[in-house]
Amino acid sequence: MDRVRGISKRPFLLGLLLLILISLATSPLYAAQYTVILLTSIFMYIVITVSWTMFSGPTGYISLASAAFFGVGIYTSAILGRALPLPFVICIGGLVSFCLALLVGALTLRLRGIYFVMFTFGLVELLLHFILWWEVNITGTTGRVVPTVSNTTVYYLMLITFVILMLTAYFIRHSKFGLALQSIGEYEEAAAHRGINVTALKTITFAISALFMGAAGAIMATRWTYIDPRIAFNPLVSFMPVLMAIFGGMGQLYGPIIGAAVFTYLEEFLITRFPYYYMLIFGIIMVVAILYLPDGLVGLIQKLWKRISESKYADT
Amino acid sequence: MPILEGKGVTKYFGGLAAVSNLDFTVEQGELLGLIGPNGAGKTTVFNLISAALVPKSGTIKFKGKNITGLKPYKICRMGVARTFQSVKIFANMPVLDNVVLGSFFGVSTGNSSADAVREATELLEFVGLSQLKATPAKDLTLANQKRLEIAGALATKPELLLLDEIMAGLNSTEVAQAMELVSRIRDKKITIIMIEHVMKAIMNMCERIMVLHHGEKIAEGTPKEVATSKKVIEVYLGEKAHAGS
Repeated sequence: MDRVRGISKRPFLLGLLLLILISLATSPLYAAQYTVILLTSIFMYIVITVSWTMFSGPTGYISLASAAFFGVGIYTSAILGRALPLPFVICIGGLVSFCLALLVGALTLRLRGIYFVMFTFGLVELLLHFILWWEVNITGTTGRVVPTVSNTTVYYLMLITFVILMLTAYFIRHSKFGLALQSIGEYEEAAAHRGINVTALKTITFAISALFMGAAGAIMATRWTYIDPRIAFNPLVSFMPVLMAIFGGMGQLYGPIIGAAVFTYLEEFLITRFPYYYMLIFGIIMVVAILYLPDGLVGLIQKLWKRISESKYADT
Repeated sequence: MPILEGKGVTKYFGGLAAVSNLDFTVEQGELLGLIGPNGAGKTTVFNLISAALVPKSGTIKFKGKNITGLKPYKICRMGVARTFQSVKIFANMPVLDNVVLGSFFGVSTGNSSADAVREATELLEFVGLSQLKATPAKDLTLANQKRLEIAGALATKPELLLLDEIMAGLNSTEVAQAMELVSRIRDKKITIIMIEHVMKAIMNMCERIMVLHHGEKIAEGTPKEVATSKKVIEVYLGEKAHAGS
């Protein structure tokens, strides 16, 4: 029964996705500049949140290193921005983050629980202070100017990154490696005894998630024009994806997307309407969400949907 | 050539020798029982074979190849699977996925997902869980969780299966079913080492029994030989009981 419904729903779902994608891709043609900029921020957070969830969701290793990988992308863009065309810069930003994550992952993914959390957060601070020291003592600068491109270009680059990320996340989730990542989160020791190379799998997935964060950083740097280590390695970027993923719900692939989109829009809305109280309201919303939406917004939607479809069956 | 061979295997926990200078061999197709009082080092032997622990000294050979110091996933892919004394299943995953995982990552890693699901479905039927495919593993009874763990281990296509107290905590009907399952696994030509406290099962099913005490082998032989061994009776019943008889 379920399977039959699943098959008949699929073309409809694909069509809907395509429609959304087309409307998003054409939006710079008719939407206001402000909307395009807002959408870019939304996509930036979606990219970071989805890539965070790709690793931390199934494995349960809570990484707070997002800001580090994002910042590495930003700095790559600042250093190479003038020398190379932007698409190359973005790829290199992603690759540098990827390599950093491989190294860090190989060293730290044997730590569990709070130790892993602490270390990953420490990485953000380490890079921040290292680059601060480097800039002051070696290059003699404190900040850098990044060559800018138009808002529309930034938007399209972010959208492309988002699409590639979603395809990657989808394939990982539905492959045997997705299952293996989940089993690591459930019982790592047992997973190892079922023939899964847990260390390699964790490290590579961690690195893939870092790749997208680095790419997002490299893109966003071009919009900010001026960056310094404190802007690039903003610890908030480490916490946001965690909150957004929890807010949206990690059970489904689209959970973090909804979470990040609603969250970013909410932030924007509150900042403009209640510039003094926005953090307070934000905090209250977060507390309420954690207390009453254990499965995030997606959980709420699923619950409502179930209620609607049940009442429909009750009528017939 | 024996399928598994250990020479001088030693493991210390702090100053305590959990397993000391243990030699053992397991022949192809054999069902070897591993018994001994609590703390004798039985599970440690399993942990050493499956590489959950690394021995301090000694070598373990599987099909003539030295496997000491390899990672657990490598040992699994070579054809050694195990279950755990305290059931270790993937609690929030459906029963089917628990088994599919083994088909994907065990000895044959190139399985397509259709093959893996088919194999897993067959194995669930084999252990008698096909009705519960979609149930989250944590909702199963203990006996069924143990069956599920065995199915998951079998999915990796082992030649040697290590069963660690699969009958502990089961009622007598369930013990009988577990014994029947073990004999059906043997029919698949899989070599088995089993740790068990249920003597009925050990005595009836094993061709050979190895008795451990304080990490040392104190007896080895057919069930009859072991049951009449002076040393074994001493260890299990105490010296006085033996003297009094």
